[in-house]
Amino acid sequence: MRIRTAGVVAVLGLALAASGCGGSDSDKPAAKESAKAAGGKLVIWADDKRTAALKPFAEEFGKENGVTVEVQAVSKDLQTNFVTASQQGSGPDVVVGAHDWIGNMVQNGAIDPVQLGAEQKSGFNETAIKAVTFNGQLYGVPYATENIALIRNTELAPEAPKTIEDLVAAGKKLKAEKKASEILCLQSGQNGDAYHVYPLYTSGGGYLFGTTANGDYDPKDLGVGKPESIAAFQKIAKLGEKGDGALKRSITGENSIATFTGKKCAFLVSGPWAIADAKKANIKYDISPVPGFAGGKEAQPFVGVQAFYVAAKGKNKALAQEFVTNYVTKPELAVALYKAEPRPPALTAAFDQVKGEDPDLAKFSEAGKNGQVLPAIPAMAAIWDPFGKAEAAIIGGADPAKTITAAGKTIAGQIK
Amino acid sequence: MSTSLSGPGSAEQAPGREPVRRGLPRTSRTARNHAPITATGLVGKVVLLGLVAGIAIWAAFPLVEAEHWIGLGILAATTAGLFYLYLSRRHIPAKYLVPGTLFLIAFQIFPVLYTASTAFTNFGDGHRGSKDDAIVAIQTSSVKQVPGSTEYSLSIATKGDPATGALVFLLSDPKTREVFAGDAGGLRKLDAGQVEASSLTGKITAAEGYTILNIGQASGRSKEITDLVVPTSGGAIRSNGLTRAYEGTAVRAYDAGCDCVKDSETGKTWTADPGVGSFVAADGDRLAQGWKVNVGFENFSRVLTDPNISRPFFGTLLWNFAFAIGSTGLTFLLGMGIALALHSPRMRGTNLYRVLLILPYAMPSFAMLLVWRDMFNTDFGLLNNLFGLDVDWFGGSWSARAAVLLVQLWLGYPYMFLVTTGALQAIPRELTEATSVDGASPWQSFRAVTLPLLLVALSPLLIASFAYNFNNVNAILFTTEGGPFPADNPTNGATDLLITYTYRLAFGAQGAEYGLATTVSIFIFAIVAVVAAISFSRTRKQEEVYS
Repeated sequence: MRIRTAGVVAVLGLALAASGCGGSDSDKPAAKESAKAAGGKLVIWADDKRTAALKPFAEEFGKENGVTVEVQAVSKDLQTNFVTASQQGSGPDVVVGAHDWIGNMVQNGAIDPVQLGAEQKSGFNETAIKAVTFNGQLYGVPYATENIALIRNTELAPEAPKTIEDLVAAGKKLKAEKKASEILCLQSGQNGDAYHVYPLYTSGGGYLFGTTANGDYDPKDLGVGKPESIAAFQKIAKLGEKGDGALKRSITGENSIATFTGKKCAFLVSGPWAIADAKKANIKYDISPVPGFAGGKEAQPFVGVQAFYVAAKGKNKALAQEFVTNYVTKPELAVALYKAEPRPPALTAAFDQVKGEDPDLAKFSEAGKNGQVLPAIPAMAAIWDPFGKAEAAIIGGADPAKTITAAGKTIAGQIK
Repeated sequence: MSTSLSGPGSAEQAPGREPVRRGLPRTSRTARNHAPITATGLVGKVVLLGLVAGIAIWAAFPLVEAEHWIGLGILAATTAGLFYLYLSRRHIPAKYLVPGTLFLIAFQIFPVLYTASTAFTNFGDGHRGSKDDAIVAIQTSSVKQVPGSTEYSLSIATKGDPATGALVFLLSDPKTREVFAGDAGGLRKLDAGQVEASSLTGKITAAEGYTILNIGQASGRSKEITDLVVPTSGGAIRSNGLTRAYEGTAVRAYDAGCDCVKDSETGKTWTADPGVGSFVAADGDRLAQGWKVNVGFENFSRVLTDPNISRPFFGTLLWNFAFAIGSTGLTFLLGMGIALALHSPRMRGTNLYRVLLILPYAMPSFAMLLVWRDMFNTDFGLLNNLFGLDVDWFGGSWSARAAVLLVQLWLGYPYMFLVTTGALQAIPRELTEATSVDGASPWQSFRAVTLPLLLVALSPLLIASFAYNFNNVNAILFTTEGGPFPADNPTNGATDLLITYTYRLAFGAQGAEYGLATTVSIFIFAIVAVVAAISFSRTRKQEEVYS
C-alpha cells in the first residue's frame, strides 16, 4: 500500500513538476490570445481603481469598432511587471501609469512615442504635456495631474498662513493652548520623504537637477550637495526636532493624515487622496498652496501626471495608438476617471466640466500652478532614497552641510 | 508510517501482497511484475498520466508560438520519458527517484544556475534585451513629425480581399481636401472625383477600385499597418492609429558599417561598446537603451573593490551575525524556559498557558511587524506612551538594534516553545529522576541530561532558524528599513542586514541591477553555506557522543 500511495503522490508531483518546467513561458495566456483573435484585440493594463473606471469605456470603444478590449488589473508593481512582460513578449498593448515611469520604460524599450496633433495637444494642461515629454518626444497621453497642498483645519486655523513662519507661529499657539499636539503634519518618518518636503526645499533655494537648453532635466547638473541645497536644509533644520519642532521623524506616511483628522494638528501637507479621510472625519478644511519661507523663493510642489502609454512590443500597436490618441483625448473618459479617483483632469475641457462640482479641485490645481514637473529621467530613482534619509537625519538634528554633501556624493555615484 | 499513509481503498489489497514482499525478498522483482492490477491503481494512473499529458499540451502551445524548439524538445522528451516509466513494469527505483529529481531540477538546480549565470551579465534596467531590440527601440523612439508637415486623415484600404490583400493608405489632407493613395512604392495623388469623403473630417469613406477596411478588419492586420511606411521626399508617412497619419522621420539611425547610431539632426554618433552593452558617444554620453552583455567577473570585482559596497561590508556582516544569532538564541532561551516551566508536573493550567503562548505565532507576522513598528514611534507609539518614555527607538543605532531583536523575540519564541515542548516530551522522565536519585541539583540534571538531549533534537532546527534569520528581509524592511542611517552615509544603516543592504544597492539606484544583486546573493549564499556546514559537522559529533 505504501508503494501505491507513494506512487500516486509521485505521479501527482510529476504533473506539477511538468507544469513547473513547461509553464514558465506561458505565464500570461490571456495576453497571448490577443494575437489570435480575428477582429483584433486590445489589452490594457491598469491598477485596480482605474481598471474599474476604464472598463465601460473600453467596452464602448470595442463595440463601436468591432474589436475586443480587455482591461486587466495589475494591483502590484505595475511598472516592473509591464517592463518584464514586454521583454518576454507577453505584455499588454496599452498601459496606464505615472509619468515618472517614462524614463525607465524608455530605457527598456517598452513604450513608443505617441503623435498628437497640435490641436489635440493644445487641449491639455501645459504642465501635463511637459511631464510626458521626454528627450523631446511625447511618450504618453496624460489624463490627470496631482500635487500636494496645505490642507488646514479651519476651526483651528481660520487663516491660510502666508509663510511657513506664520504657520509655525499659529501651530505653536495652538499647541500652547492645548488645542493641538503637533504644529504641522508633514510626513517624514525615520527615512524621510523627499516628495512631501520638496516645496520647502525649493523655497529654501534648492533644486534637484538643472535643465538643458530644451527644458529637459539634466542628470549631469545635480543640485543636491550644492551650496543652495545646504542653505535650504539649514532652513529646514530650524523647523526640525532641535528647532521649532514643526518637522518630526515621528510623523510618518501612515499617521500623518490620521493625526490631522484626529484634530491633533491643524495643518497637513498632503494631496487629493487625503480629502476623502478629512470628509469622513467631518473636518472643516480649506486648501491653500504650501507656504514658503519668509523672504525665500516660491515653494514649489512636485506635479505628477497619470498617463496612457502605447507598448512598444504590443501585439496590436495600430489599435493601441488609435485608442490612446483618439479616444483617451475625449473629455468624457477623463471625467469618468476623475470620478473613480478625484485628481484634477489634465484635459482642460474635462477639468472645466468637473471644476464646478468640486471646489477642492480648483484649489489643488491652484496650489500646483507653480509646481515643478516630477523628473522622469532614470536618474531620479537615485534621488529618492538618499535625499529622504538626509532629510530625516537633518530633521533629527544632524549637521545640514555634512549630511547633504554626503547625500549628493551618494546620488552622483549612482547616476551613470 | 506505512499504515497512516495507506488509503482506505488499498486496505483490502494488503493481505495478498505484504507476505509476498516480506517472505520473498529476493524474488521481489518477479513478484511485482505479477502483482494484480487494481481498479483504483489503474484509474489513478490514467488520471495522473492524463494530467501530465494535458499539462504538456498546454505548455506546448506557447512554446510553439514563441518558436522555442529546444524547450519544446525538452518538454516532449520529459513527457515521453514519464509515460514510458510509469506504463512499463520495470525500472521500479526510477519511479521513486524521478519525481523528486524533476522537482529538484525545476525548483533548485535551474534557479541556482540561472542566478549564477546572471551574475556574469549586466542584466538590469536598460540592459534587458538583445542589441537588435535596443536598435529598434532607439530608432522608433526617435521618429519625429516633420516640422510643418500635413497631418492626414487615414483610411486603410486594399484592392484585394480585406483579410489578405496588399494594404494601401488612402490619405486626405483635411485642409486642402487633396487625396492620395500611398504604399511602400510611394505616394500617388488621386483624383478627387474618384473618392467619397466625410465632409466633416475629410476622411475617405469610399474610393473607386478600393475596399476600405473597417476598424475591426484593420486592427486584425495591425502589424502590417504599423510596418507600412510610405516614403516621401521629407521622410515617410506612417500611420498613427487607424484614422490618422503623419509625415515623420527617424532622426537616429543605426549604421551597421560603423556599428554606430547617427543622429541626423545634430550629427552626433554613438558607437556600440560590446563591453558595456551601450552605444557610447565620444564625449562619454551614452544612449539609454542598451542591451545585455556578458561582463565576466566585473560584478564580483565591483563587490570586492567598490568602497561603497566593501567599506561597510564587515560592519554589516558583524551585525548580521549578531542579529541572526541573537534572534535564534534569545527566542530559543525564552521558548525553552517557558517550555521547561510548563513541562514541570507541578504546573497547573498548562493548556491555557500553551494556547496563550501560541497566539503570537498564530498572527500573520507581516501585520505584526507593522504594528510593532508603530508601537516604537517616538511620539505616538504605544511603548513610549505606556511607560512614559521619550526614547527615539528607531533613531539611535543601539536602541533600533534592541528594538528589532525585541520584535524578533516576540515573533519567534512561540515556535521555539512548541518545538522544545515536543522534544522535552520525548526525553524519558526516568533519566531526570535517576539524576535526582543520584543527588544532582535540578540545574545539574538540566545541564548534564536535559539540555544535551534537547540540543541533539533541536540543533538542525536552530541551524535552519539561523539561516532563515540571516536573510530575514521582512524583519528589517517592515520595521526600521535598515535605519537609522549615519548622516554621512545614506546607503548603509545600523540595522541593515546584508540582504537589505544588497537590495538597496541593486534596486535603489538608477533602476534595477539584477546582475549585481545576484552576485551579492552568491556571496551571501557562500557565507550561510559555510556557517551551516560547520554547524552540521559539529552536530554530527554531538550526536555521536550522546546517542
